Amino acid sequence: MRAASALETARRVRAGEIPADRPLEEALARAREADAGPRGIHAFLSLSDSGANSHPEPASGPPPNSDSRDAREPGSAADDGDPDLTLAGVPVAVKDNLCTLELPTTCASRFLEGYRSPYEATVVRRLRARGGRVVGKTNLDEFGMGSSTENSAFGPTRNPRDPSRVPGGSSGGSAAAVAAGVVPCALGSDTGGSVRQPAALCGVVGVKPTYGRVSRYGLVAFASSLDQVGTFGASVADAALLLEAISGHDPRDSTSAPLPAPDLMGHLDDGVAGKVVGIPVEYVPDSLDPEIRARMDEASRHLAEAGAEIRRVSLPHTRYAVPTYYVLATAEASSNLARYDGVRFGVRSPEARATQEVYEASRTRGFGPEVVRRIILGTFGLSAGYHDQYYGRAQRVRALIARDFRRVWADGVDVLLTPTSPTPAFPLGERSDDPVSMYLSDIFTVTANLAGIPAVSVPAGTTHGLPCGAQLLAPAWHEAPLLAAARTLEQSLGGGA
Amino acid sequence: MTGRAGGEKGTAAPAAAPSVAGVEWHPDPAGEMEAVIGLEIHVQLRTREKLFCADVPEFGVDPNTRVCPVCLGLPGALPVLNREAVELAMRAALGFGCTIHQRSVFERKNYFYPDLPKGYQISQFEEPLATGGLLEVRMGEDGQETFPVRIRRMHLEEDAGKSIHDRVPDRTAVDLNRTGTPLVEMVSEPDLRSPAQVRAYLDQVKRILEYLDVSDCNMEEGSLRVDANVSIRPRGSRELGTKTELKNLNSFSGVERALEVEIARQVALVRSGGQVTHETLLWDERRQTVRSMRSKEDSQDYRYFPDPDLPPVLVSPAWIQAARDALPELPEARRTRFVEAYSLPAYDAGVLTARRPLADFYEAVVRAHSDGDAKEVANWVMGPVLALANTRSREVEALGLEPEGLAELLALVSEGRVNRRAARTILERMVESGAGGAGTPEAIMEAEGLAQVSDDGRIQEWVHEVVAAHPDEVARFRSGERRLQGFFMGEVMKRSRGKADPGEVARILGARLKGV
Repeated sequence: MRAASALETARRVRAGEIPADRPLEEALARAREADAGPRGIHAFLSLSDSGANSHPEPASGPPPNSDSRDAREPGSAADDGDPDLTLAGVPVAVKDNLCTLELPTTCASRFLEGYRSPYEATVVRRLRARGGRVVGKTNLDEFGMGSSTENSAFGPTRNPRDPSRVPGGSSGGSAAAVAAGVVPCALGSDTGGSVRQPAALCGVVGVKPTYGRVSRYGLVAFASSLDQVGTFGASVADAALLLEAISGHDPRDSTSAPLPAPDLMGHLDDGVAGKVVGIPVEYVPDSLDPEIRARMDEASRHLAEAGAEIRRVSLPHTRYAVPTYYVLATAEASSNLARYDGVRFGVRSPEARATQEVYEASRTRGFGPEVVRRIILGTFGLSAGYHDQYYGRAQRVRALIARDFRRVWADGVDVLLTPTSPTPAFPLGERSDDPVSMYLSDIFTVTANLAGIPAVSVPAGTTHGLPCGAQLLAPAWHEAPLLAAARTLEQSLGGGA
Repeated sequence: MTGRAGGEKGTAAPAAAPSVAGVEWHPDPAGEMEAVIGLEIHVQLRTREKLFCADVPEFGVDPNTRVCPVCLGLPGALPVLNREAVELAMRAALGFGCTIHQRSVFERKNYFYPDLPKGYQISQFEEPLATGGLLEVRMGEDGQETFPVRIRRMHLEEDAGKSIHDRVPDRTAVDLNRTGTPLVEMVSEPDLRSPAQVRAYLDQVKRILEYLDVSDCNMEEGSLRVDANVSIRPRGSRELGTKTELKNLNSFSGVERALEVEIARQVALVRSGGQVTHETLLWDERRQTVRSMRSKEDSQDYRYFPDPDLPPVLVSPAWIQAARDALPELPEARRTRFVEAYSLPAYDAGVLTARRPLADFYEAVVRAHSDGDAKEVANWVMGPVLALANTRSREVEALGLEPEGLAELLALVSEGRVNRRAARTILERMVESGAGGAGTPEAIMEAEGLAQVSDDGRIQEWVHEVVAAHPDEVARFRSGERRLQGFFMGEVMKRSRGKADPGEVARILGARLKGV
């Protein structure tokens, strides 16, 4: 039996029709079943005790901040029946790079195996404050670095739609948990497509909000200027419900915008009548898989039938996006991952004596090959003599990519429609030895991160018998019309009850 | 470090050995070479909280007790800028005449070190908070000689933790209490030419920082730390020589001494035909020598880039103006005002304004002693009061002496109710008892019977006794040994146990010695 929708679960718990703990218990049972055995999908790295997270405000939180920086959580009281409990009893899967108190936070890295955070990520506190329950921590590519969830130190996750294939990544565990019906919604993080691409490959909805919309406090950083927590849902509504609960300003994150959480649920049925949907030519190249092209044509036809004007547009700097992304993301990662040095937490090589040995041995032993590759790339791109040629130039191109989008919005386009991924889910192991082909999985998704704009992947039928995702993008802070367009597409394809 | 031959004019000069402790400093007796010195000063700001988290920086508490996820660099933790630190840094920068930039940027300085938890230090690099200051430094006995030092930049950054090498045998312990404490790094242009100038500059910088009330300025606790860059060149040359960087300078006198030793080393090296190597040197205070820490060839590449966790720091013109308006009076201005308003000699004004609490104390006494003479107050503060502070190794404000108490004592003197000698006794009692407030001078005077005796009869009596007891001296005085007047004065005062009015004693004694 699949999870009931988050909306329905929360309604029934608030109304007292079912006990608040039951949806969590049922989700835990489904999770064990889905992950069990050699053909299990291995979505979770750890599972909660059913009793362990019934308290929305854990006793041992982070040290209190001063008044000026105090992070006030919405609705920290947890009386059932409270309309603020929009997630009452809803079981949520949480990507294992978000800090939680009860469960380890490993980032799927040997380095952090068994690491327990002394504080909880703002998004986790917020979903608990809304009545949500953490089912467990989901698998990912180590530190979010990958597009298949094969770069997990604890083994890959399988795609529930075809267990011989990858679920996409890096948030593959969360996508798989939703696709397998274990939970109605889940948290992921999206640095270059890590929510949208696995959503597309698993046939679920995945949203990356505007940079700054959701707090990054407690999200273990991969590339800080690109990382954003995102949500998965079995439907647009469930992804939106969870996003609304975790959004809004957080004084603990200087890059979180001083804006209240947007009203997403109230605008879900706004439709697309009168809106202009742009299709950027750079995203439907001649080389595009004809089946994916057919799905895109269908999607644009559905939007047109719903009253949107379809327009072909151009984002000329798109072809520089992947190299730009990899220069910037690896540069930031090389610095963000410097703290994993074996001195304070995580792996310390027992044979290391001198300081330099501690660093070398611990990092060699603790990091997987893709993480090492990216640290080396990023360190190189910031080095004296290469800094301007790589990091500096990439920053300039990033500004051009953001400008491309601004020009399109200024021309009256409301939403852009593109494929999410150039291919459907590929077989496990197919690209493991070919980093460049793996990096090209992100070709349609990295631009939203570089420009900081919101984007969503919605199921758009199948190609080659596997799920295909349509990506929609909107101007910064326009999540509400973005998700209304996503909902239109979803309904035209008969989904999202 | 043996250099290649080729120091043309070095051949004739004997290689002067680097000086050692106790030997007078003669790096270059012929005066052909001059030193070029620039300083980097790290000033810990006395904020309530750390730069990017809410921990309270404290010195001397148990290791690793003033830490949180942010300053520990735990996964997922993020920095949030402390506005108070920006405020104090702006005040400091304005105090040295710098221009505050409306936009400045925090960057990551990447390097591995056990006491640097994130593997990078958040600092400012390309776009610092402030640039382009100037300080006129006073030197010499009366401070009449001055020279300018340009301040290149002042920027905000976070402090690292401390590596402790002597606490756990064979291991290095790390204390992260200091991690994240806000620092202002103040970089001078290479405008200093001698260790003595450096000392004068440092004294003045410290004085200004204290006036600005932005830092504790305590070198022992590390709230003020100095690194020096030094090179030598032929006097009159405009070019800069290869510099070395001196670290581990733990006191102002250590800075001075280390520079003397290093300049002497460089001069000797060049004179013997060698070349200075660009390197970082550690000052060994105990052995009074420098040793190489690392050469610049294997120097670090810090891979600076803007910290994506922190948006640019934006300060409005209104905020800058408010900080400028709130600047306290600085030592130079106060010194000038003291000369003008209180008719003090430049020397007195310099001594009294050397520290802000001392100047505050002086002015409070002057205010409380409103009908008195400001110069007289200066004499008392600079004389007996400072002497008491020195013997107790305390600052004047920590003596327990209240300005009202001292003013009252001075009033007793000016009213002729106690003489100076008794007043000094009363002052000592006030400090000893720790009761230095108003009312105490008179109480002590009464209790100890120190009121001045101006009564003619009593003084006549003491004079008579002294004259009678010293017939020989009287005879010598009368035969012209006028300097014995002081001896008689002393004897009479002794008999009065210090209470006699010295003016009256002089008058009566004079008449008696002359008359009979």
